[in-house]
Amino acid sequence: MKFELNDDHIMMRKMVRDFAEEEVKPGAEERDEEEKFPMDLWKKCGELGLAGVTFPEEYNGVGADYISYAITIEELSRVDASLGVTISAHSSLCANPIYKFGTEAQKQKYLAPLATGEKMGAFGLTESLAGSDASGTRTTAVKVGDEYIINGSKIFITNGYYADTYVITAQMDKSKGNKGIAAFILEKGTPGFTFGKKEKKMGIRSSATYELVFEDVHIPAENLLGEEGQGFKIAMTTLDFGRIGIASQALGIAQGAYEEALKYSKERSQFGMTLSQMPVIQFKLADMAIQIEAARLLVYQACYMADQHLPVSKYSAMAKAFAGDTANFVTSEAVQILGGYGYTRDYPVERMMRDAKITQIYEGTNEIQRVVVAANILKD
Amino acid sequence: MNIVVSLKQTFDTEAKIVLTGGKIDATGVNVVINPYDEFAIEEALKLKEKFGGEVTVVSVGGDKVEASIRTALAMGCDQGVLVNDPTLENVDEWAVAEILAKAVAQIPYDLILAGRIAVDDGSSQVAVRLADSLNLPSVSSILKLDIEGDKATVVREIDGGTETLELSIPAVLTAQKGLNEPRYPSMMGIMKAKKKELKVLTLADLGISAADVASKMSAPKFSLPTPRTAGKKMSGEPAEQAAELAKLLREEAKVI
Repeated sequence: MKFELNDDHIMMRKMVRDFAEEEVKPGAEERDEEEKFPMDLWKKCGELGLAGVTFPEEYNGVGADYISYAITIEELSRVDASLGVTISAHSSLCANPIYKFGTEAQKQKYLAPLATGEKMGAFGLTESLAGSDASGTRTTAVKVGDEYIINGSKIFITNGYYADTYVITAQMDKSKGNKGIAAFILEKGTPGFTFGKKEKKMGIRSSATYELVFEDVHIPAENLLGEEGQGFKIAMTTLDFGRIGIASQALGIAQGAYEEALKYSKERSQFGMTLSQMPVIQFKLADMAIQIEAARLLVYQACYMADQHLPVSKYSAMAKAFAGDTANFVTSEAVQILGGYGYTRDYPVERMMRDAKITQIYEGTNEIQRVVVAANILKD
Repeated sequence: MNIVVSLKQTFDTEAKIVLTGGKIDATGVNVVINPYDEFAIEEALKLKEKFGGEVTVVSVGGDKVEASIRTALAMGCDQGVLVNDPTLENVDEWAVAEILAKAVAQIPYDLILAGRIAVDDGSSQVAVRLADSLNLPSVSSILKLDIEGDKATVVREIDGGTETLELSIPAVLTAQKGLNEPRYPSMMGIMKAKKKELKVLTLADLGISAADVASKMSAPKFSLPTPRTAGKKMSGEPAEQAAELAKLLREEAKVI
């Protein structure tokens, strides 16, 4: 057993960290304040290969492993969780199901431009009545000739409006429940496909979250992803891998907040000593560091399972639940260490604490992660 | 157009320098490509994009330097040469330049680029000595470079302004901050870098002996700057404090 990154991983971490420190961090506070989506940073991420880390070179991807992907999301989220989720949703939730379930033609047409970042991807599963329970899906797809006609809507869609390519799910036969669901690839600009409300969020405010609206949207039959009735399975598999991205995002948020707290504790003096000299603060920092290291090992273990093509579901659910809880614990403690200053927007830990909350909610709430873990450990 | 870039690995600029037994302790210190050498790499890559050819990175140092050469390869350089010899523990600038000259002589080149200074020992000697050893013209601290045929037009920093010079190539040019904005190695570049050739040579491979390049200089002692002393706190009535402060500023700090 080896607990070390290889030379590629080390170089990748340095590259993404340098990029994040020099180009992403400086505007993060302003983008959060103004809820401004950073199209320029998205383009730069594409040029650096950050939009297609895990996809093979034949589809214009980097051909690197999941550890490389986790490092990418972790390092971006360490300074800006919004950019972290933009890349994660694009890669894990749109490019990945096309890679895993798409036909060769679909991969050439859709995956290749997604992997370079020329096109941005999004994923539409959640509806107002179908959150954790996908069987509540009300969006419908009807096959007419060589087309499918889609009606309905999706909510809380990360990268909505800005994305070019959408993987969405729709119900084709309600009597079959989850087995009646199908997945489709949908292009922005298709007549009848519009965007509803932009969500005003607590955190990750510079990531885009929109409602997708489908009114008699005609899409060619060749844009069916996988088979009819396979949509639920595609969505669940997608989320199994997607959780690696969110776990990495949570890990990055925790790491960023911890570093801020550590730095502040060495500079701030009270009662004639620095905070870092006080046992009560030392214990806080130690607990934060313990949680982060444990979360990192779980995240990288989930990556290892994915890279070895072993069952990933249990590990990615564990990693996502643990890293999400860690991000919330660590950011809250970081605000506590910075005290009144930490509560203001003059220091980034306030934003990090708001950003952390979503990691316990999206891509399956942490309660659902525990359902997934329990199902995995009880099935034998 | 073939270009050689001379690279030095240095401590991270944020590294804390610790002396152990009078020597600089490298334990646990992050090492990076000398930031000025990154400008040289970027300029070489831009010229390669314009004129074609190959960029070779050359360095003298230990095993750890391979990581920095790999980074240069990930940025887009084509191959690397590292002279790594156990006898090269404490070499001076003259020796490094002599070794580089021998290594560079084995590579076809039209231009040699380097950083204007290394951020660790700051001697600014190696590139200039290399030019001398190869009998080439040399310009230091360049801010702009244009090449047409075998003519280079460079703008370099001089005290209080800039100077434009024309010279023939091959030449040795050293890069000043402002020459360009070094690129990040891309993910694709990092994946490709490990497939590129990194030749590790000993002095014997270059046909020289340790005695040929025995240093003419040694550094018997290093010392750290005096640590900052704690501030003084005035006490008493405001008027007394002001008087005391004025006295100290005049007599101790000698600033008024």
